[in-house]
Amino acid sequence: MPLPVQARVRTLLKNTGWLQADIETLADDADLYAAGLTSHATVNLMLALEEAFDIEFPDRLLRRRTFSSVDAIAEALVEIGVQKEAA
Amino acid sequence: MTVLADAHRAYRDDLLREGLLISMGVDGLYGRSGAFEQVVEGINAAFSAVGDPDGPEVMRFPPGIGKLQLEQSGYLKSSPQLVGTVHSFTGNDRDHRAMLERIDKHGDWTAEQKTTEVALAPAACYGVYPAIAARGRMAQDGALVDVYTYCFRHEPSIDPARMQMFRQREHVRLGSETQALAFRKLWMERGRAIIGSFALPFEVEVANDPFFGRTGKLLATSQREETLKFELLVPITSKEHPTACVSFNYHRDLFGRAWKIETDAGETAHTACVGFGVERIALALFKHHGFAFKAWPRSVRDVLGL
Repeated sequence: MPLPVQARVRTLLKNTGWLQADIETLADDADLYAAGLTSHATVNLMLALEEAFDIEFPDRLLRRRTFSSVDAIAEALVEIGVQKEAA
Repeated sequence: MTVLADAHRAYRDDLLREGLLISMGVDGLYGRSGAFEQVVEGINAAFSAVGDPDGPEVMRFPPGIGKLQLEQSGYLKSSPQLVGTVHSFTGNDRDHRAMLERIDKHGDWTAEQKTTEVALAPAACYGVYPAIAARGRMAQDGALVDVYTYCFRHEPSIDPARMQMFRQREHVRLGSETQALAFRKLWMERGRAIIGSFALPFEVEVANDPFFGRTGKLLATSQREETLKFELLVPITSKEHPTACVSFNYHRDLFGRAWKIETDAGETAHTACVGFGVERIALALFKHHGFAFKAWPRSVRDVLGL
């Protein structure tokens, strides 16, 4: 069963303390900022994504909305070459 | 950039020649003349005339903060390149002799210098948050504090308006989101009125802090997208690159969380501050009205009490 990017992003958000809400209760398109993601937590999330997916976000994606939801993050990752589904 | 650098150098040379600034041999570190300080006092008086009726609690801090306070503020995460920490000699007699020998040989004498518990204040308001937090839950109307101190930012420049040690006069508002935003809105109007009364040209724009590195790029674009920071810009050495003389900042609950500051309802406090860069405003006044303030327009001298 291939694992969509969204699921891998969710794994990274689990038990980090970056969100005030439990990621399990949030939809893929739910606003992570509304769920308590702060600017400093966004920075930590960005670094964690870069490490986990072995990528580097280009400057044009270093924006607030890139990290605004699980879907938005997945879209950005796919845009810079991450496979939609990993085995 | 060379045109801009030339303009910076030319204005700095003018200020040094006129004796308004006094060279200390380091870019961004200057003495101030009596006349310069009279203008700075005038700017502070104009600020007080507008802000004092609000009844702020006055706090005056030294230009240092505790190392722990600096860590807690989050400043090291976003702007490590600007931080100054105080170091001191911690060796014994033998180390002292070795240090003096190195100085004699013009070598590096800083090896035995160790960090102390003191860091230099990066902004005037950093002393306020832990002080208010230590009092426990705030009253219903939150808190309003007037601060004024020297700040340090490690960014040596020949631009006289980019000093490494400079003063910020601030009002800091702590309370609910509504209170913090209302405060900032009020001061954006007041800031325009005050600088306008100095007969200076200006514009107010969305801005970002000079955060460090790639993560800083994300912080900066986020700050702009959320319009957390506005700056009042006055052309000093360049029309194309005007200088931020006043900033209007909304921190959301960044500092409220960092220091666990609570509103009367037990919610994390939101904070905002308005900061007047008094040296920059003085430099703008000297640029636009001339080096002798006695010849400035009567209306401007009246507002400044000169």
